[in-house]
Amino acid sequence: MKITGKIFRHAFLIIASFLSIFPFYWMIVSATNDSADITMGKLTFGTSLIKNVTNAFSRGNMWTAFANSLLLAAVVTVLSLLICSIAGYAFVIYPSRGKEILFMVLIASMMVPFAAKIIPMFRMFSKMGLLNSFWAIILPAVGTPFLIFFFKQNTHSFPTETIEAARVDGLSEYGIFIRIFMPMMKSTYAAAGIFAFMASWNNYMWPLIVLQSESKMTLPLTVSNLANGFTPDYGMVMVGIVFSTLPTVLVFFLLQKAFVEGMVGSVK
Amino acid sequence: MKTQGKKKYHLTGWSMVMIASVLVLAFSYIPMIQAFLLSLQTGKGANLKFSGLDNYIRMIHDSTFWTTMGNTLLYAVIQIPVMLLLALVIAVLLNDPKLKGRGIYRTCIFLPCVTSMVSYSILFKNLFSVDGIVNQILLKLGIIDKSIAFVLDENWAKVVIIIALIWRYTGYFMIFFLSALQNIDKSVYEAAKMDGCNFAQSLFKITLPLLKPIVFLTSIMALTNTLQLFDEVVNLTEGGPGNATRTISYYIYDLSFTYVPSYGYAAAVSYVVLLLIIVLTIIQKRVTGEKE
Repeated sequence: MKITGKIFRHAFLIIASFLSIFPFYWMIVSATNDSADITMGKLTFGTSLIKNVTNAFSRGNMWTAFANSLLLAAVVTVLSLLICSIAGYAFVIYPSRGKEILFMVLIASMMVPFAAKIIPMFRMFSKMGLLNSFWAIILPAVGTPFLIFFFKQNTHSFPTETIEAARVDGLSEYGIFIRIFMPMMKSTYAAAGIFAFMASWNNYMWPLIVLQSESKMTLPLTVSNLANGFTPDYGMVMVGIVFSTLPTVLVFFLLQKAFVEGMVGSVK
Repeated sequence: MKTQGKKKYHLTGWSMVMIASVLVLAFSYIPMIQAFLLSLQTGKGANLKFSGLDNYIRMIHDSTFWTTMGNTLLYAVIQIPVMLLLALVIAVLLNDPKLKGRGIYRTCIFLPCVTSMVSYSILFKNLFSVDGIVNQILLKLGIIDKSIAFVLDENWAKVVIIIALIWRYTGYFMIFFLSALQNIDKSVYEAAKMDGCNFAQSLFKITLPLLKPIVFLTSIMALTNTLQLFDEVVNLTEGGPGNATRTISYYIYDLSFTYVPSYGYAAAVSYVVLLLIIVLTIIQKRVTGEKE
């Protein structure tokens, strides 16, 4: 009885894992096949990899898009981690009635659908002359209610005695945050970093609206453009997809251990 | 002296939350208020004039509005329960520290959610194409005797989108459940075992009640996510065939940027989505009995 339970459990997890992984295998295989083979669902490695890569990087402008996406994701991740972590920290360490209300107001904005904001935001950035500028992507992405919430939750596990001790040692309030909180909460930063990086790297709708010139394109926009053409060269598209997937997979594997630890702290 | 110190901390605290708060207010609340004012105006492009509730009345007779709203709700009603249940089952299975290979399973099942919406949508479009792998497998297994044009069929296209969503987000929500499960004190289970509780009993009597807050959190996250569905539909079906898979966010986008821009009407439609999310959140709160 127990053995069948075990087998059933593993069978279920193996099927779930296989289904989760299969599209990744297929993506990599397809990057080595030509367009016709891809639409025919060829499951084995082909010989068109070099041709696909060359096409993607010469005709598809993939380098520019890759560099733009990377720059945006790096800037957004660093800025949003700094700004949201210090806010989440302050909501716990310096509690007050006013801040409690402010926190509720910030969190409530998570419910506002993006679609409800696009027109006013589009007009706002067009008035500021910032359409087709990276500022239009960076500014709205930095103050993220989810990250503020995430850091606030994790700050609860930060020992307050440490703060008292640091004050006695003469550290300033900002000094405590930078020298003690930040190094101690590495795994929280890792988990939040994954969220921030992925959100920026995969962002599609807003860049689609504000970025117009070829030189400003991000990877999702470029890949989508290549795939939605009249007769898409899927070999080239698959190279683009591999390129847009690799960095996030890499970030995840590098930070996985810290990520899991950070997540456990967040739902306490 | 002491009060002075407190006051200093007080100001420090406010200065620390300042930048984040200003940004959220500037890019969430100000646009929201402007959208509401816009929703009370009609006109093409920038020539807008006040027209009261005209936009909201127009919606009643707009069949595209009802179709896209219906599609969006259909996705939510099917995808969210299936996905959260799957995520919960997987999390409960993976929470057993004696399970061999749990790290590998966890990584595999989480991995889909690092893909970008655009990328996995294109992958699924190809997997479900007429000559694609899914058709080949179904043909070989003898389940169908003729290829199905999944993406070109009104109903199948919706099914493909739901499958794609479940594929990408199950692992994401599984991590939330798993983290919550790991915070449950093990001694609770041991005590239950002593009292003669079996696995199913402890699941329904202990685990699920303790997971209530996280079920609430994840269902709200999934809801706001699915009600805003856009990227996947654009890249998988372009809303087609016809409007069969078009979502409300896609319609708002079309109203603002594809057709002759009617900002006022688009803003009114978006306000209906906002109200819907608020109402559903309140209902959800009642159902799960969550206080925070």
